[in-house]
Amino acid sequence: MKLLRLAPENTKFPFMRFRRVSYPFSALLSLIAVALFVFKGMNFGIDFAGGTVIELRAKSGAAEVGTLRTMGESLHLGDIEVQAFGNPADATLRFGLQPGGDVAQQAAVERVRDAVGAYYDLRRVEVVGPRVSNELVQSGTLGVVLSIIAVLSYLWFRFEWQFAVGAVIATMHDLLLTVGFFSITQLEFNTTSIAAILTIVGYSLNETVVVLDRIRENMRKYKKMATAQMVDMSINAVLPRTIMTATTVMLALFALVAFGGQVIRSFSLAMIWGIFVATYSSIFICSPMLIYLGLRNEDADKAAMQKQDSERKADLADSLHEEATEPPAAAPTAPPAAGKTPAPARKATGKRAKTRPA
Amino acid sequence: MLRFSTWKFFAIIAMTLAAVLIVAPSMLSASHYEELKSRLPSWLVPPTIVLGLDLQGGSHVMLEVDQADLIATQIKNLRDDVRRILREEKVAVTGGIGATARGVQVRVADPADREKILPKLRQLRNGFSSALMGGPSPLDIETSPEGVIRVTITDAGLRDKSRKAVEQSIEVIRRRVDALGTREPSIQRQGDDRVLVQVPGLQDPETLKEILGKTAKLEFRLVAEPGQNPSETEELDQVDQEGKIAVEKQVMVKGEDLTDAQPGFDQQRSGEPVVNFRFNIRGAQSFGEVTSKNVGRLFAIVLDNKVISAPRILTPITGGSGQISGRFTVEQANNLAILLRAGALPAKLNIVEERTVGPGLGQDSIDAGKRAAYVGAGLVVVYMLVTYGVFGVFANLALFVHIAFIFAGLVLLGSTLTLPGIAGIVLTIGMAVDSNVLIYERIREENHAGRSILASLDAGFTRAFATIVDSNVTMFVAAAILYFLGSGPVRGFAVSLALGILTTIVTAVTMTRMMIAVWYHYARPTRLPI
Repeated sequence: MKLLRLAPENTKFPFMRFRRVSYPFSALLSLIAVALFVFKGMNFGIDFAGGTVIELRAKSGAAEVGTLRTMGESLHLGDIEVQAFGNPADATLRFGLQPGGDVAQQAAVERVRDAVGAYYDLRRVEVVGPRVSNELVQSGTLGVVLSIIAVLSYLWFRFEWQFAVGAVIATMHDLLLTVGFFSITQLEFNTTSIAAILTIVGYSLNETVVVLDRIRENMRKYKKMATAQMVDMSINAVLPRTIMTATTVMLALFALVAFGGQVIRSFSLAMIWGIFVATYSSIFICSPMLIYLGLRNEDADKAAMQKQDSERKADLADSLHEEATEPPAAAPTAPPAAGKTPAPARKATGKRAKTRPA
Repeated sequence: MLRFSTWKFFAIIAMTLAAVLIVAPSMLSASHYEELKSRLPSWLVPPTIVLGLDLQGGSHVMLEVDQADLIATQIKNLRDDVRRILREEKVAVTGGIGATARGVQVRVADPADREKILPKLRQLRNGFSSALMGGPSPLDIETSPEGVIRVTITDAGLRDKSRKAVEQSIEVIRRRVDALGTREPSIQRQGDDRVLVQVPGLQDPETLKEILGKTAKLEFRLVAEPGQNPSETEELDQVDQEGKIAVEKQVMVKGEDLTDAQPGFDQQRSGEPVVNFRFNIRGAQSFGEVTSKNVGRLFAIVLDNKVISAPRILTPITGGSGQISGRFTVEQANNLAILLRAGALPAKLNIVEERTVGPGLGQDSIDAGKRAAYVGAGLVVVYMLVTYGVFGVFANLALFVHIAFIFAGLVLLGSTLTLPGIAGIVLTIGMAVDSNVLIYERIREENHAGRSILASLDAGFTRAFATIVDSNVTMFVAAAILYFLGSGPVRGFAVSLALGILTTIVTAVTMTRMMIAVWYHYARPTRLPI
């Protein structure tokens, strides 16, 4: 059977070279995202803004959005948003917090019920008062901040600090772009969106860790290789997996968008965008960051430096100087690390040789 | 690679079987499940997956103690207590008992009198449970040089009362909700001043709000007569009539003396819906006394400071039972009877959050979730198959077990499945195969690098494992934080995601390895099929 391969075999894309394009590009996108957030703002759902959502279904025939809107305006509930979706018999009403505290919110729902109850079933009613919405904002923000801190600590514990910083910068990038996505699409931003954001954070780190893991492995294996080259090699090695996994997750998400219904559509759309961004950032943001953060293959980069283009010579002189002071500390740790990786592999081969005749 | 201890092999088979057995009943229709339950001993039939309110329909209502009302009540009680102490100690005050924002103040000119009442005032602290536990003082008592004693309820004192009010409210609410006859309502305290009421499968959420939102403080008071001292009367709203009616401030009989209340119909006159009630001995006595002394006057029935009706006392009522009429509908009479039976709430509760999903929408969401899950899983299965061939079959088998494990985990933990939870499962279907992909790609790579098939398989599993653990831990951290900070549906998402991450380690790594080992043993391939 001929198997399907989405990713080309044995690629040798010079990913690191793209960093001159990808960094300004991502910085620009991040700035745009921040600007969108500040100037255009988010379409905060009632979880965070407070207010009421009522989903209606006409008892017979189709929902009349126009009539509902006139009715809504006559009730003086402030800005009332009437939307049709999916089934023609369905419509949603959304209006903001009513002045007068928690009691006033319930009174407003009562008025709507009295006005439309004869022709429509109220299929879903959600009312979030001013204090609860404030608390949801707090816990949502806290969740995002906490998860970033928690993950940073884990990565710091498991990898060199450069990896952790690189991963967090990549994650922040994904976070900003996701916020920008919510702003530009004006998809409703609610507690489910926080779930989407945290899942994107998780996925982004998942992607990053896979790449970083390989970089760490290759760093020990190819001590003589220049950092940029070694990072490129690592990314190319995990590329088939990256593409494969992004595709399977996308397949699942498309199913959610197409069939999962109204309530989780904004979640699924945000996730699709997030997967896309996370895949990009793990390759183009996090990995090149390692070079900027001064992760290097002890002796290898020295050789590579001679080949570097002239414009970077000033930078390199600095690092050369740094390195000159380092070797006494670095040298003793290097040989055991180098010897470690091949050893288990050899041992494993020996064992396998034994099992084969059995 | 080929060495696979027998116990591990059987452990995995056993776990898979157990998971399937645990999940199977949840897949049955309700009637089949009941039938199964009736035929087998109950401990043998696992519970079904609990569906969240967003899937089975129902109401989620968060109630909060109205702080302004609570403060007002506490100041009123404090004033009564201070008045009693002053009377008992025969202490005279100048200018009566004044109110402050959070308490009361009295001016006691004589220092000896002050010394007499101060210890008594301090004893009032014993009415708070936090004072007994040695917490911060619930009452501040200060004396100014001019002889003004100021008693103030502190934040700690208020919190204490708030907590107590919540505790008592939970009892009252439980009695009220139980009267609706719904199954498995959940009534929980949230923080210091909130109660979360969750009632699944409610056909009419309006009734729930109707009976939750009322304090149900019932009072019988005489309607004021012309020429009565205005300081002893107050104007109250009427339930179904415009305008106010003046009634005496003194409460003759209270709702707490009721022993029973039932909806019924007026036998004598109109046949309209009414509520019949019965008093306990104390209530019956006072009621008999008042009605004997005041024949011919109007007797107001006051609920939550609104006059329901004010019938004329025609004859003394000494039997200890009576009737409330007020142009009720049958439903209103029903609800009032429920409220009166359950008793009054100790404080006013406001609805601060409400999420109600009708049963029809819940079913639609289940259908949508199912469809998305089937399509998502189908796409992933086909994709794995065309990419990895026979190894794809292994991954798909592992995927199937993975899903069974997630559902079994939901059943065992008793956690609820919500719509975002279904989304989480669909997402983990996409992610679960990631571990397989990591392993397979590594195997391919090792094979391309010139290793033998067996060496590649071995290296693939061992090398990919560290990456799988690292990448899943980060995802798990995100899910754990979501669980602790999220609420309701989002929590459901976090649970499915976390379960999915845990099970993927077992299914994608151990199970797949086992299948490949068995396959290798029998197929003896000469080239890697991926």
